[in-house]
Order: sequence, then C-alpha cells, then structure tokens
Amino acid sequence: MYTIESGNVAAALGVKLAGAQVIAAYPITPQTPLTEKLSEFIESREMDAQYIPVESEHSALAVCIAASTAGARAFTATSANGLLYMHEQIHWAAGARLPLVMCVVNRGVGAPWTVWNDHQDSISQRDTGWIQMYVCDHQQIVDTVIKAFRLAEAVSIPVMVCYDGYLLSHTYMPFDIPDQKSVDGFLSPYRPEYALDPDKPANFNTVTLPDVRADIHGRMSHGYMEVRYLLQEDMRKAIDVAGDIEKRFKQIFGRGGEPYVESYRCEDAEFIAVSMGSLAYQLRDVVDMLRDEGYKVGIAAIRLYRPFPDQAIAKTLEKAKGVIVFEKALSYGYQGPLCADIQSALYAQSNGRKKRPSVYPYILGLGGREIKTGDLINAVRRVCTETSTDTPDTLGWIGLKI
Amino acid sequence: MKRDIIEIRWHGRGGQGAITAAKIVAKSAFESGYRGVVMVPTFGTERRGAPVFTSLKISKEKIYDLSPSQSPNMVVVLDHLLLEEADVTSGLQPGGWLVLNTPKTPEAYRYEGIRIAVADVTSIAGEAGLSKGIVNSGIIGTFAKASQLMDIHVLMRNIEDEFSQSKPHENSRAAFMAYQKTVIGGK
Repeated sequence: MYTIESGNVAAALGVKLAGAQVIAAYPITPQTPLTEKLSEFIESREMDAQYIPVESEHSALAVCIAASTAGARAFTATSANGLLYMHEQIHWAAGARLPLVMCVVNRGVGAPWTVWNDHQDSISQRDTGWIQMYVCDHQQIVDTVIKAFRLAEAVSIPVMVCYDGYLLSHTYMPFDIPDQKSVDGFLSPYRPEYALDPDKPANFNTVTLPDVRADIHGRMSHGYMEVRYLLQEDMRKAIDVAGDIEKRFKQIFGRGGEPYVESYRCEDAEFIAVSMGSLAYQLRDVVDMLRDEGYKVGIAAIRLYRPFPDQAIAKTLEKAKGVIVFEKALSYGYQGPLCADIQSALYAQSNGRKKRPSVYPYILGLGGREIKTGDLINAVRRVCTETSTDTPDTLGWIGLKI
Repeated sequence: MKRDIIEIRWHGRGGQGAITAAKIVAKSAFESGYRGVVMVPTFGTERRGAPVFTSLKISKEKIYDLSPSQSPNMVVVLDHLLLEEADVTSGLQPGGWLVLNTPKTPEAYRYEGIRIAVADVTSIAGEAGLSKGIVNSGIIGTFAKASQLMDIHVLMRNIEDEFSQSKPHENSRAAFMAYQKTVIGGK
C-alpha cells in the first residue's frame, strides 16, 4: 500500500513491521518524529512493544543492550551529538555481538551547533564494529530497516541504518508499505543462541585477559584478541550475508537487489561519481543532464559502508578514467573517509596494473549547506574536460563561501 | 532542474498549515497519476508566526533531486501581508503563477510577466463554517483553479481525509468556494 509520508515515519513503519519488542530513545532533532511515531504506535497498541523513556542517549543504548542481552529485539535512534554521547556503549554493543538496529538520522556535529544534515556523525562511528547502511529515499528507509534486523540477527552484529536529516527525515514522498504477512515471511522472530536467564545465571563480557585461558570446565576460552578477531572475520563474512538477504528480499518484495553499490548509467561510463545517501539520487539528474551534453558519466551510490564491499566497488569503478567522490564528512587533517576507502579498494584490486582511475575528492553540504544541482554539474563537467592526466586536484570544496 | 518537473512553493506563517496544504496537494497529485511527488519543507527554523515556506515538486516520473526549488512554476501565499515581509516571488518563472489569499483584486498587484490568482480565502473560510484564520484548506481551491493540475473533487476528498477529526466538510467546502470565487489576472 502506497502512502506519502516523511522519512521518519517510513523508519517507524519499518520498525513496527519488523516487530521490535523494546524501544529506548532520547529525542534529538531531526530524529525526534521517528521516536514520537513509535511511542504513538505503542500507546495505541498498534505495536506490541515496551517503550522505555530514558534521560540520555547513553542510557537509551544501555537499555537496548540489556534488552538484547535478555533476548529481545531492540531498537533505538539518534542523531549527531546524541550518537556521540552513546559512543562508549556503541563499541560495547558490537563487542558483545548484540543484533541491535539503530537509525542514525544524519546531522552535523557541534561545535558550532548545527541541526542540519551532513554525515560526520555516523562516519565518525565507522570503526566501532557496527554495520553501516546508507539509504537514498523513503522506500529504502522502510525496506532497509527490515533487512537490517535480519542481517544483524544473522551475523550477531549491530546495524546502523543511516539516512539524511531533514533531506529525507522531514521530506514527504510516496513509498510502498510492505504488508505484515510478507515481512513475517522474510523476518522470523528473534531466537538468540544464548540470552540472560535467571534460571541459568551467567556472566557476559567480564574482564577478558590478554591471553587465552581454560574456563572452570577446563575448556579453552578466547582472550580479548580472539573475540575481536572473530568480530572482524564475521564482519567480512557479513558482506556475503547482506547479499543473500538482499536476494531474498527481492524475491518476496520485488524491489532492491543492489546491497553494495546502486549504480546508474555506470556500465560504459568514463567518469563515475560516488556518493552516499540522498545526494547519490540528486546526482542521477546530474548524470542525465551531462549525458545529454555527450559526457559518458554515471553515479554509484554506496549502500553498505561497513563492512566495506571493496570488491563490488572496485568492479564498478575500475574501468572508469576518473572517479569523483562527493562526501559530507571529513577525516580532519587528511581527506574524506569514503574517498580514502575508495582509493584503497581500487589500489588493492588493480593487481599490479599501472592504470587505475584518477580519484577526485570533493567535500560539500557540511552543516546543511545547500547543494545546488548546478554546482554538481559544473564539478563533474570540469573533471570530464580535465586535460591533464597526472595527479587529480587536491581536496575540492563545493558551495564554500570564503 | 529537469524540464518535466512542476515546482510549487508554498509561503505561510509558522502554524498556518502551509505544509499540511502542500501535503494534501501531494497526495492528490499522486492519486492523479503523478508518480514523482516530493514535498520539502524549510528546515529547522520554523517558529509560530514567522514566514516559512515549503517546496512541492510534481512529475510524471520519480523525482531524484530533493534540492529546494530555485525557480518555481507557482508560488502560493497563504497571507498576502507576507509579500511585504519576504521575497516570495523570488525565482518565479516568467509566465508562472502567483496564488494569493487576499481581500484585494489582482489589479492591486504589479508584477511583470506573471499570472495572478486571488481569492479572499480568510472571509470564505468563515462563510464555510471554519474558525477565524483557517486558510490552508481554502487556498487549495484557488491553487486548483489556477493550476488546473488536478480535479477539485480529488483535492476535496483528500482535504476531508486530512481533517477527518476537525470539520472535514467545512474544510472541503472552503476549498470549493475559493475555487469558484477565484479571480484571475496579471500578465
């Protein structure tokens, strides 16, 4: 059934359809309408779940960690400084291998204070051991939330579903609400391998020594490094698992099918733009207009950011002459994190071949700075008409007024 | 930016319901076969009484560009006094429409190269049985008359759905009366 609603409502509908049992969240712009909607669903008994009000984001995630440890399907959501206030618990949830799902409604990070969109908040949590998925429109929000629960539970790793604050969270567009019966067929109830049980007391995640050691039954137990090695191994395996889940989703719902990179007019493209979130869709119009001018360009939207699907990305990009990365986040003192990841993926996949695409890095849209389609067209056209074949420009800024 | 997208910018005051009006039109457009419908409100600085605007884009195909309208085809203004406070016609395309809730006639406004549709939606809303100051349903009637984009009855049904808890028929009547009483001028 189609509806026209905001992105936050799309997310709330996904959480409801996925049958989350515990919601704990603290309101923060632009996430607030999402958690308000969930509390409405629970109050009106449309949704059978516990809504646990908390005094902070740190507690919100702590409650979700506890609920998940007890075997419940748990969900939270936040933005920007709220996400950063969770930071210690974010690492914990991944290390404890809890299949939580969290929506990050992307917003710039203070100081100075901003409520508007960029990707610095979730990107800064890249190395916490969470899976990160980015979406381009409302259909992908509702669908990805449902897929995220299945992925998290399949690999025992928490998932962030990241969508642009305001640009998606507060914008209205049509999307199809999956029907409950199909969702139930896709996503079985959560059955944890082990959970806190008062009848069988156990300690989880206590002090773990640098070396392996025998437990009281004489079985060898992992040290900290083994636990962390397994997180890395399972993260890499999660790439294939995400691919399988996407296939299954497409079989049932008839849409999706591109879990890693959603590419548009990339097949014969000489220059490929790369981006994440709603900006990747804005770039589709840029691609169409430049194709009309005769430039062979395409756009690749990165949908899975961690684990990084480096092979799929390199395969999409390797034949291009140039790759133009448009990013709303920075690793201060170097460049955009996605750009560094793309360069690394292209380097690893080039197998000693000398010819690799040149990579052109652009930063834009920080703190909600308007991204004008005309500026994007100019940036891509400039790269296409670049005559020099040696090193690309240093970091470019779009829309900067300094 | 794409040629086949119709852009409508709605200007109102915070709390006046410009976003709700645009949402009703968005739903009606989708039902009328426009697959691309995107409504982008102004973000983050809404205050009750302050000038706010929202962009509505309509197209036969899915819309990928969510950036705000630079050059709308239509501007809809819920309060004519906003003309003195904000540059509401900024970027309005030549031959485009200015849709106004005003007690004045189109001749009272001097804009070059645009068409004007006016109705005294504030008074009409009172006649339709709505409380003083409710203009976001009525203005849809004036919009419908000017734009000819969708059937007034589809709009009226969506108005009744939106206001199902609060005078649905008075609201749709206000839209219909405004539709009939709209005066066209300009250009």
